[in-house]
Amino acid sequence: MKMTIAFATIAAATLTAGIASAGTMADVQARGKLNCGVTGGQAGFSAPDASGAWHGMDVDYCRAVAAAVLKDPNAVTFVPTTGQTRFTALASAEIDILSRTTTWTFSRDVDLKFTFAGVNYYDGQAFMVPKSLGAKSAKDLNGATVCIQTGTTTELNLAEYFRKNNMKYDPVPVENNGDVQQKYLAGACDVITSDGSDLASTRSSFKDPQDHIILPEVISKEPLGPLVRQGDDQWADVARWTLNALLAAEELGITSENVEKLSAGTDNPEVNRLLGKEDKLGEMLGLDPAWAKRAIASVGNYGEIFARNVGDKTPIGLARGQNALWTQGGLMYPLPFR
Amino acid sequence: MNLHNVSWVRQEMVLASARPVSQHGPLEWMRKNLFDGWLSTLLTVASLSAIAWLATAIAPWLGNSIWKAKSLTECRQLLDGAPGACWGVIRDRWPQLLFGFYPADLYWRPVLAFALLFAALAPVLFRVLPSRALWTSAAYPGLACWLIWGGSFWFPVAVYLGFAVAAALFTSTARISQGLGVSAAILGAALWWIYAAQPFSTGVNSIIPIAVEAVPSREIGGFLLSIIIGVTGIAMSLPLGILLALGRRSSLPLIQMLSVVFIEFIRGVPLITLLFTASLLLNYFLPPGTNFDLVLRVVIMVTLFASAYMAEVIRGGLAGLPRGQYEAAEALGLDYWKAQRLIILPQALKISIPGIVNTFIGLFKDTTLVMFIGLLDPIALAAAIRANTEWQGIYWEIFIFIAAVFFIFCFGMSRYSMYLERRLKTDHR
Repeated sequence: MKMTIAFATIAAATLTAGIASAGTMADVQARGKLNCGVTGGQAGFSAPDASGAWHGMDVDYCRAVAAAVLKDPNAVTFVPTTGQTRFTALASAEIDILSRTTTWTFSRDVDLKFTFAGVNYYDGQAFMVPKSLGAKSAKDLNGATVCIQTGTTTELNLAEYFRKNNMKYDPVPVENNGDVQQKYLAGACDVITSDGSDLASTRSSFKDPQDHIILPEVISKEPLGPLVRQGDDQWADVARWTLNALLAAEELGITSENVEKLSAGTDNPEVNRLLGKEDKLGEMLGLDPAWAKRAIASVGNYGEIFARNVGDKTPIGLARGQNALWTQGGLMYPLPFR
Repeated sequence: MNLHNVSWVRQEMVLASARPVSQHGPLEWMRKNLFDGWLSTLLTVASLSAIAWLATAIAPWLGNSIWKAKSLTECRQLLDGAPGACWGVIRDRWPQLLFGFYPADLYWRPVLAFALLFAALAPVLFRVLPSRALWTSAAYPGLACWLIWGGSFWFPVAVYLGFAVAAALFTSTARISQGLGVSAAILGAALWWIYAAQPFSTGVNSIIPIAVEAVPSREIGGFLLSIIIGVTGIAMSLPLGILLALGRRSSLPLIQMLSVVFIEFIRGVPLITLLFTASLLLNYFLPPGTNFDLVLRVVIMVTLFASAYMAEVIRGGLAGLPRGQYEAAEALGLDYWKAQRLIILPQALKISIPGIVNTFIGLFKDTTLVMFIGLLDPIALAAAIRANTEWQGIYWEIFIFIAAVFFIFCFGMSRYSMYLERRLKTDHR
């Protein structure tokens, strides 16, 4: 992790000047393709299907950006990145936007010189144990062996939590997610810890999901969101407002089905502004008036994206919880389009 | 006296009677090899029980194999609680494991390139064809690159013309001085490749357009990627390794020092570091906007890495030759290159074959390390496949498939090296 930061810092330091003036949006439009950094595979967030087409929440966000900027949701090159290469890939301009379940933290925003466009998923680290272990709370885990994925913030959160509660644990570091599951199922560790969404999808893939429980404690805040390089404010605005357009669409009841009809004009001035009927928001962003309409038409509003990729109708089966709109008790609070 | 009438002289041969049962047959073989003493008996019993335990553990799993399933959930429904392998994932995703995201309608191109690989290798590997066929083998790399990456046919032609430029410059200037000839050739070829190759290929292509659909490197993955990196690394590391080995034993201090520094530096650094350098650091050293293909960068790094190891293997072969061979070559009045080419290297390479093939096999398996820099090799694809909701939770089946394919390649190389050793065995007949 330290090495990654060091690399990325060198990168940012050497490149900030050059990139600030380059204009990512002009580059993307000239190229006709958006280079979007995603994970090589995380259920519900980004994974290629049998025909090689990518699916997932992070993927859909990039498609929305491509639809807004390039008028084609398929004009995206998905670049698989690893936990080690993601920040350098962004800093060195190999990718235009990183949408890879990346936690928005102080050091990444400030020290690594990136700009987060917002939060597309509120996550938090939790624990999963077999029912037979008899643990009802994370406080019961004193002395447990814990499987953790290396090189992530998960490791540090775990250490902090156990230290704070004056408990001991025995770490079993594992390189990737698939191996974590395998180790846990083989009984090499009592507990797995990871982001809540990850644990839920892992549990759904087990043969006997009902034999495992996710403990109620959430020990960290993991606001996951897309990010861009610092210093190109126009591009950061495009990234931020595309995300907000998807959220606002859900709040305003715009879906991929009715967006066409609503874009003809409605009584709600905010809908009209968002879909380019009133005011000239698209122009201020350097795009055409229909930018948000295309983004929503291509992947649907935030609620549709959530339901299609990780919602309770999918095998992953996540509840909206914190990711519901603020009007429904969640944390998703789209900024006003005005 | 008629001896034939002597009754006590035996007239027919005694037929050999069978050995006593205690001296041959399966029982005796078992006694000798499996139960010879208490230690041997103990080990036999332990091994047999381990094998039996493994077999009973794996047999039902393999026996209940499910091939026709579209997802892990479907597999589990079909198995209904019984243990069983779900090979449906291989059936569903094998094209992806072999080709990555290569466009499905163009699969024939890498397959043809792979088939031609054997045609091109035949004169090198088996001497079934006259050595003149080697010239057609030299055309293979360009043809294979064109088939795999597509684009204008004239680009590989332009790259090959670089060698022609080098040869022309060398022959025209070597008369003045050999050193001048070599430097003129290298400089000329480099200038041609950097400045003239691209315009030449676009120019010719506009007159005689021969081009196929281009496939970007990002879409190449799976075993196709492993084989591209492996084969290129193997093919280029051998000549480079030979040069480095000769350089290390050279009597010219500058060449010797450079070779030693290069070899020791590369051997002192893990491959993964070099791969990170290729994927991350090079991005900063190159001017922004340069599009230096990631696969090409990785191939270069893997080649450099393998050539350092190759150099040491070959140096071992060179050191293994008796001093008399070197002296004999000198006594015949051969110059350095002729001595190396005709006397030293053929023998040195022959005794290094096991080491060389060992390095090749190691190199081929090391190609899976590219997953750490975000290239989709088979192992990275396994992770990507498991991230799909249909196949999340599957594990062994994909890895067994990958291991089987790797085994076929590596075992093939190993058998070939044994064949080669037998063929070249000229001593102790």
